[in-house]
Amino acid sequence: MRAITPLLWLLFSAGGTVAALLFPIHLFLTGLAFPLGWLDPPGYESLYGLLRHPVTRLYVFVLISLPLFHWAHRFRYTLYDGLQLKHLTALIAVLCYGTALIGTGMAAYTLWNLR
Amino acid sequence: MSADPSAPHYTLYHPRWYRRRVSVWWWLQNRAYAGFVLREVTSVFVAFFAVVCLWQVRALAQGPEVYARFLARLGTPLFILVHVVVFLFVLFHAITWFNLAPAALVVRWRGKRVPDWVIIGSNYAAWLALSVAVAVLLLRG
Repeated sequence: MRAITPLLWLLFSAGGTVAALLFPIHLFLTGLAFPLGWLDPPGYESLYGLLRHPVTRLYVFVLISLPLFHWAHRFRYTLYDGLQLKHLTALIAVLCYGTALIGTGMAAYTLWNLR
Repeated sequence: MSADPSAPHYTLYHPRWYRRRVSVWWWLQNRAYAGFVLREVTSVFVAFFAVVCLWQVRALAQGPEVYARFLARLGTPLFILVHVVVFLFVLFHAITWFNLAPAALVVRWRGKRVPDWVIIGSNYAAWLALSVAVAVLLLRG
């Protein structure tokens, strides 16, 4: 665990930056402006066409995976400090990073297999 | 020897630190602590939206009908309400993240430390540029 701590911190840091730079606009459009009809959403065909592009696939993979690792790292310490769960260290670490890994795997699988 | 009741009572040396029990709500006692915990908690909302993105990609991959159902789900009042809250927390994450950037990243240029406002400012500039780029790309279609 100690050996990969720098890597986990790097993922946390990169994920925090990705989430800070890109999540507000994506969330604003997908979660609010499109459903509420403030702006016209792209149609299925054009969005799918955009997603199929290799660069977009990589972008979306980064957009999903890195913020998940950001969450895993930060939430882990939130549980330790906020809820004083230091005695559950190993279990919490496995659950947090494991969840991020599963999400990353699902994203990779889906994006890789797009027709 | 031990029969003498007036002898002082010695015990074996057991080091035991004195620790005051801290409430789980320790962070509510002080605004700075509350801000810190609020900032830490933003990660949950970041993860929430990452999962929504994953859900959207999977819906797109499964075809137009599934994707239409995904869009209908996002349009429900519950999801709108949740997304408003998530949006506020994600904004809070972004702002605190950019403002703390100079503490995490010390940049030197020509032997001098680049001032904090330059690093913070370039973060906000990148945020604006990327947001516009994403919006243009998604609204064009």
